[in-house]
Order: sequence, then structure tokens, then C-alpha cells
Amino acid sequence: MAVGAAVVVRSVAPGEAGQGRRLEDLGVIAGTIVRVERRAPMGDPTIYEVRNARLAMRKADAALVQVEAWLEVPTAEAGGGGHVAL
Amino acid sequence: MSHCEPGSAPRSLAPGALHVALVGSPNAGKTTLFNSLTGMHAKTANYPGVTVTRREAIAMFGDLEVMVVDLPGTYGLAAISPDEQIVADSLEGVIEGVARPDALVMVADASTLERSLLFVAELLRLGLPACLVVTMIDEVAARGGSIDVERLGLAIGIPVVGVIGHRGVGLDSVRALLADPVSWQRPVMAPPEGAAARSAWVASVLAVAYRPPGADRRTRRIDAVLLHPVLGVVVFALVMLAFFQAIFTLAAPAADALDSLFGWLGDGVRDRVPGWLGEMLADGAIAGVGGVLVFLPQIILLFLILTLLEKVGYLSRAAFLADRLMGRFGMEGRSFVAMLSSFACAIPGILSARTIPSERRRIATMMAAPLMTCSARLPVFTLLISGFVPDRSVLGPIRSQGLVLLGLYVLGAVSGLLYAGVLSATALSGPAAPVVMELPPYRRPTLPAVLRQTWEGAWSFVRKAGSIILGSSLVLWVLLNVPGSTPPAGLTESQRAGHRLEHSAAGSVGKAMEPIFAPLGFEWRTNVALIGSLAAREVFVTTLALTTGNEDDSSLPDRLHELRNDDGTQVYDAATVAALLVFFVYALQCMSTVAVLRRETNSWRWPVIAFTSMFVLAYVGALVARVVVHVVT
Repeated sequence: MAVGAAVVVRSVAPGEAGQGRRLEDLGVIAGTIVRVERRAPMGDPTIYEVRNARLAMRKADAALVQVEAWLEVPTAEAGGGGHVAL
Repeated sequence: MSHCEPGSAPRSLAPGALHVALVGSPNAGKTTLFNSLTGMHAKTANYPGVTVTRREAIAMFGDLEVMVVDLPGTYGLAAISPDEQIVADSLEGVIEGVARPDALVMVADASTLERSLLFVAELLRLGLPACLVVTMIDEVAARGGSIDVERLGLAIGIPVVGVIGHRGVGLDSVRALLADPVSWQRPVMAPPEGAAARSAWVASVLAVAYRPPGADRRTRRIDAVLLHPVLGVVVFALVMLAFFQAIFTLAAPAADALDSLFGWLGDGVRDRVPGWLGEMLADGAIAGVGGVLVFLPQIILLFLILTLLEKVGYLSRAAFLADRLMGRFGMEGRSFVAMLSSFACAIPGILSARTIPSERRRIATMMAAPLMTCSARLPVFTLLISGFVPDRSVLGPIRSQGLVLLGLYVLGAVSGLLYAGVLSATALSGPAAPVVMELPPYRRPTLPAVLRQTWEGAWSFVRKAGSIILGSSLVLWVLLNVPGSTPPAGLTESQRAGHRLEHSAAGSVGKAMEPIFAPLGFEWRTNVALIGSLAAREVFVTTLALTTGNEDDSSLPDRLHELRNDDGTQVYDAATVAALLVFFVYALQCMSTVAVLRRETNSWRWPVIAFTSMFVLAYVGALVARVVVHVVT
């Protein structure tokens, strides 16, 4: 996801160490809008705005979250309306 | 509360007290609320069997005596770290000796209610009487949102109070609530289970009472600089530089003053109390207490700086910036904070690793912490470098001695990262908990909160390290003085001391160790000092001063220069000094660190692995250093 993109969460995979449940406790739940805010200098982790809080998440954990584009912010990957990982 | 532990002091003071737990996510203002509700009477205790600390205090609300417990911050009851497990277990009432709370005070930050109410929904399903305290309600209004706590209370079906912690707004309403938890309204129907249903419940509750605040512009503006790919890294480096500068230049004079104070005290006692008792008091007890307190200026400063950085909100940014680098070595952003603390002392570093949810990353962090060059190594490095490394300019103002010291720091830090990396690739396995960190808004910390947290950190260090340093100092004194031998006549005072030492238990052990350490160039005097350094590394210097006492009472570096082997060669030649420096970079000769590792990992496995592997590293590293210096010179 490009920085600045706003996406809507479709589903959250459980993960093998309880990651999915933790992401849900942090508000990353199907239907929630997530904004990609900023990447760390070396590209990982990334800061997302979720429910008015700002969460830093590693790529590996964000990969559990399936999203689709929201509103008018199209991205190359989500342009076709398909689901992609956060 | 029939199953109260009889030995736990606060509860025996008030056997009938109602037990109320504060629950909420990190940064929700839980601790601030706890402090304002309970005043300065909080006690900290450990949960049985684990090292998670709970803070509790007895307070009077109206006529009711209430025991308030501040639980660690968490986002949900599905725990992913030891701290969080404690929250889940104590709310279920399954911790032996700790009563299940009779009521809950849920604490939520007003600006992130859409998130925090998810946890509230989960907590309400526990069926305990509960109320909700919404903190920092002023921030919502300031950012263009609104909150109606009364309607929120009606929608959820429980009492809801809005507070502004630092201004004391709303605290009286919380106190009034706590005076009568039995009368709290209970929800007609428990909130639903499951992520989607909880989310829908939160949306329906907030629809009638809440307009979320707009973006926090101030935080965004600050982050645009502090997290900038270039500027952010520059600021990060400057903060680290200031950190080290403060730890070493501000704290050093205070530490030196404490050191001389205890030396003076010891001399006074030795003069006034006759015989071995005076010597034991002076060289064992007073030197031991002094050995602990000498660290205090640095430890207090360390906790002060870390508390400030944490409360302002920078620590989580530092963790964010460092996460990628630490991830390469099997750790995460929060490990960086632990490593940083370890440059003052490994113990606060190891303790701060508790906040790392993943067990394998937490253990990797704790195991690497002792390789960071702690302040107790500094006196040893200073002695050897100032005494043996010729002071000359290498490049302008950069001088050889400083360069060697910097090299030792870098050697320790790089080795620590590699050690954690190797460990997590070999001994540590299993899936790792997620790395998800919240970046709180930048906030101005209040002075009492900062001082309080600094004090608690420093005090926990004194308790954890103090008894061990003091105990090992006393044992060391006995080893150095038993059996007492009578030196031949005609020796000076320091020669007599040297003679007694050579024939003491420690002297015998030092000589017995000679075959092992001879390849490194260490002879019995050095070996005895190495035993001494097990109490705390800087004891090496004072013990070496004892073992090398000679007739003209010259300075320690001079004495070391003059020390000769039986064949007339110099004991402390360049190769041996290099070996000793490298040995101190790696060896885990610090009993307090071993003990804290044992407690924090709840097993002997990791401290034993750390001690032996770091000894092997130290030995091999010292040997390589010695050979290299021999070849070069």
C-alpha cells in the first residue's frame, strides 16, 4: 500500500502466534478504515492510522490483513477492486 | 476474601477491604489516575512465581476502605506477553494468593474511544461490577470532537466519568463512585463476542455520544521531523549522543564523590573499631554498600532520561526507527531501549525487556544486554587504558586513548547484536508474537509523575542489585582474609597486606586458576581481582590494588608496570593488557546480572548459557587479542 492510501479491512487471518487476535484487539477489524501514514527510514515497519490511534506494524504482521481500496484513493494493486494484503 | 495470602502486608492491614482493579490499554492514563486516587501510599509487589510487578494501595473513599490495584496496560484479554497474561489471570481470579477483583475501573483515552471500547466490551463480559473512566477529555474538544459521558453511560449501561488527570477534573466523581461499587448500574445485556460484533456494538454505543476528534496536528507536525528519513535519523543520533553525554559526564562526578565518601567512611571505621571486626565493617560492609550506591547517580539519571523520553512519546518513536535494524538480529524496536539502558547497567536493561511481547525476542534481548559496555566496566577500562595506552594524537583532537575506549564500546555493542542474532537462529524457536507498537500523541509530562517513575526504577535497582553486591562483597572479604596468616617482621603495611592476601583462600584460588589463565597472561594477582569482580566489575580495580601492594605505595598503574614474573619479564605487558580489556568486554562476571536473568526467565537455563558462552567468548577473544598484539609488537 502506498503512503497516503486509505483502505478498508476485508478480513484478518489468525496468524500462527495470535497476531490476528491482537490486530483485532487493536481495532483492525473487517469494515475498519486504515490509513497508511508513514514508513520507517529503512522501509519497515509502517505507521497506520486505525480508529484514531497510530500503530506501527511490521510487514510480516500486516500481511495477515486483507484490504481493498476505499474512496477515491486508487492504488495500482487495489485498482481492480481485488483484495490485497495491507 | 477468604483466600487472601496471610503474608501479604497490604491485605493483612485491611482484611475486609474491597478489591478494585484499574484496567486499560498502555498510555490510557491509568497510572496517573491510580496516583491521584491513592496518593503516595502505593506499594509494589511481585505476582507469585513471575516477575510482573503490581502496584496496589489502600485508600478510603467515603466510609469504604478500598484496595486499588493498578494492572499492567493491555489491549485485550488474549495475552501475548507475561504482563498481559497477569491481567487476564487476575481478572479470572486464577492467580493463587491474589484475590479476584470485586469491581473494575476501566480506563480509556477519550481520543481513541473507537478502539478502547473494544476492550471494554470484552471486559464487561466478565460479569464484574464495572465503571468506565474516560481520560483526557480536553484533548477531544481541542481537536474538534465531542463526548457526552452521560449519554455514553446510558448507552453502555454502566457509570461513566470523564476526567482530565493533570488538572484533577472529574476525580471527585471517581472517588464518589468508588465509595459505593455495589450500587453501580450493570448493563442489561452483556456486549456481544467476536471482533465484528464487538465493532458493531462500539459503533452503536458511540453513535449517540461521541464525535471523534480530528487529526492531532501537533503530533503530525512533530513526527514529520522526528520520523523523517533523514532528519529523523539525525535527531535520533543526537538524542543518543546527549543520552551518553549525560550518563557519563553528569553522573561521573557524583559517583566519584560517593566513592571517596565511602572510602573516607571505611577509613574512619577501620581506625575506630579495632581488629578484624573493623576491617570487615570497612572493607566488607561499607565498601559493599558503597559499591551499590556508586551506581546510583547513573541509574537515577538513566531512569530520569528514559522516563522523560517515554512520557513525552519519543521512546516509541525510537523503537519505531530502530525496529528494522534490531529485527535483523532477531529482536525488535523495543529491544533497542533495553540495549540503551544496558550501557548504564544490564539490570535495568534486562528488566525493561518485559514489555517485549514475543518470548523469543525478549530472551534474545535479555541475553544480549550484558554485552553492552556497562558503567561498572568503565573503571577497569580507564585504569588499563590510562596506564598502558600511550596518549597521542591520532587525527587532530581525536586521541589514541579515547579511540581505544570507543573501540571497546563498539566491540561490545556489535558482539551483543550478533550474539542475539546467533541465539535466535539456533537456541530460540517457535512463532513470534506480532510487532505492533502504538505511537501515542506527544504529551507534556508532569513533574511528579516523572519523579515518581524515576524513583521507582532506581529503587527497584537498589533492591535487586543491592543485596547481591553487598552479599558478594562480604563473601569476598572473608575469602581475602581467611585464613589469617602472620606476615614476617620488617614489612611495610602494604607489603603485610599483600602477604596476607597471597596466603588467603582467595590467594590460593587465584593460584589454582593460574594454569587456566596463564595463556592469557593473567597470574594469581589478576585472578584474585577477577574473582573480586564477580561482586561488581569495578571491584577488580580495588582488589588489584590490594593484591599488588608494595613498599613505596606508588600509584596502581605504576605498580602494574613494575610487576615482574619469576623470570623477570613484565606481567602487564601490552599483550596481557589487551587480553584483559577484551576479557572484560565479553565476560559475564556480575552476579547481580546472573540473578536477574534467572528471575526474569524463571529458569537457570538462560543464565547458565549466558555465563558459560560469554566466558568462552571472553577467553577466546582475550587469547586472540594477546596473540595479535604479540605478533604486531
